[in-house]
Amino acid sequence: MVGEGVMAMDKALKEPQVVITDVHKSFGTVQVLKGVSMSVRKSEVVCIIGPSGSGKSTLLRCINALVPIDKGSIKVDGIEVNDPKLDELALRRRVGIVFQSYNLFPHRTALQNIMMAPVHVLRQDKAEVEARARKLLAKVRLSEKADSYPGELSGGQQQRVAIARSLCMMPDVMMFDEVTAALDPETVKEVLNTIRELAAEGMTCILVTHEMGFAREVADTVHFTDHGRIVESGDAKAFFTSASDPRTREFLTQVL
Amino acid sequence: MESIQAWFRRLYDETGINLTIFYDPWDGLKYLKGIGLTIELAVLSVLLSLVVGVVGAWLQGVRFAPLRWLVYGYIQFFRNTPPLAQLYFFYFGLGALVPTTTNAFGLAEPILNNFQWAVIALSFFAGAFNVEIFRSGIEAVPHTTVEAARALGYSRLKSYIHIVLPLAIRICLPSLNNNLVNLVKTTAIAYAIAVPEALYVANQLWSDNLNVPEMMNVVLVTYLTLVGLFVFGVSRIERALHVPGYTPS
Repeated sequence: MVGEGVMAMDKALKEPQVVITDVHKSFGTVQVLKGVSMSVRKSEVVCIIGPSGSGKSTLLRCINALVPIDKGSIKVDGIEVNDPKLDELALRRRVGIVFQSYNLFPHRTALQNIMMAPVHVLRQDKAEVEARARKLLAKVRLSEKADSYPGELSGGQQQRVAIARSLCMMPDVMMFDEVTAALDPETVKEVLNTIRELAAEGMTCILVTHEMGFAREVADTVHFTDHGRIVESGDAKAFFTSASDPRTREFLTQVL
Repeated sequence: MESIQAWFRRLYDETGINLTIFYDPWDGLKYLKGIGLTIELAVLSVLLSLVVGVVGAWLQGVRFAPLRWLVYGYIQFFRNTPPLAQLYFFYFGLGALVPTTTNAFGLAEPILNNFQWAVIALSFFAGAFNVEIFRSGIEAVPHTTVEAARALGYSRLKSYIHIVLPLAIRICLPSLNNNLVNLVKTTAIAYAIAVPEALYVANQLWSDNLNVPEMMNVVLVTYLTLVGLFVFGVSRIERALHVPGYTPS
């Protein structure tokens, strides 16, 4: 019995949730992604690192179809993103994204920000959504800020509300696009703690980050991108100490 | 009431300042009706011009290019011609083309009267500015905010209703306020097609009583009061829409 349980867990862990195959994307004449492939298993924490302009943020936006891809395939829970008849809502309720600039809705309170999408888009019961939203606010340790407007919150607080807002859609995958880049060092910690907890709970996470220490600590897998390609991938523990590609090593010596 | 009338009659007797509207009930009622019509004209034109503004701003974003050109042409025409000329264009130009009906006395009567033409002309005049004002508000909503809404599963229409418009209105309220104040004042040009609003009635009264300077002052004070009330109302709305910690750019 015990063995079976482990087997089932193992299978769940190995089951790829996001499969990206040979994705190309150009903006005008600029080729941003030149054949990117990777896969993300359930509950895996994947960090994408690399210099600015290497296509990391674009890749995240391709995964939830904010940016249409030119060529290749992206599958999330079996949903093909590059399908003209794509059900955008079905995709986007599975994939949450948190942005560098928080992008909360400034005319609504923290609690309302979290509740809006499930009520407006998923047409869920308001009382139910509110109960869930309050739990999420407690989870990001901002219960007392429920009725504050985004303009009254610090950057770190806004970012945690943004994380709670994405979580309230009950996604299977969470994507973080340089979510600490606009924060001061102290508030970075609050946000990273929240992500660390999520990862520990088994949420599938895809992070674009410049926080190398954090990547080393929470990630299972690290991908290094440069000029629209994945240059090197590997197990997080080994990646930072024994990267083999010269370009990766050059980048790492500069940021570590 | 009696004493007020007596006071204004005595004012006339002793100083020659003749404010008939305050002691002659017939004149008073006539002027009140004029103010009433000015208010009616202002309220209807403000509402209709807002509709023109929202629809026009939306049409500016559609894919079908001829519709966009139409809106562009409309804005150019109404922004760059005098409102009085526009009013004449509607009333005498288009008014001559619309079909007529036969009234109870067997006379031909246009289906739109001068008041209705004034509402239409004023709404299109102010609406042209409102289109540009709304568009500037919509464009000022950060692209990233809209992107966040899309990522949360909002359709274009839903993000428009719940996020873009509520923010755009807050952003463009000051310029909208300006334009609508202008519109309230511009209702006075309905005088030119004999709509019996405040200015027109005042003209009739001063012709009867030869109290031109007095009525001129009354007219100015009337508009000052009306616009003052309007601005007060808009600032109440502005305060109600205020969001703590958020200053629309």
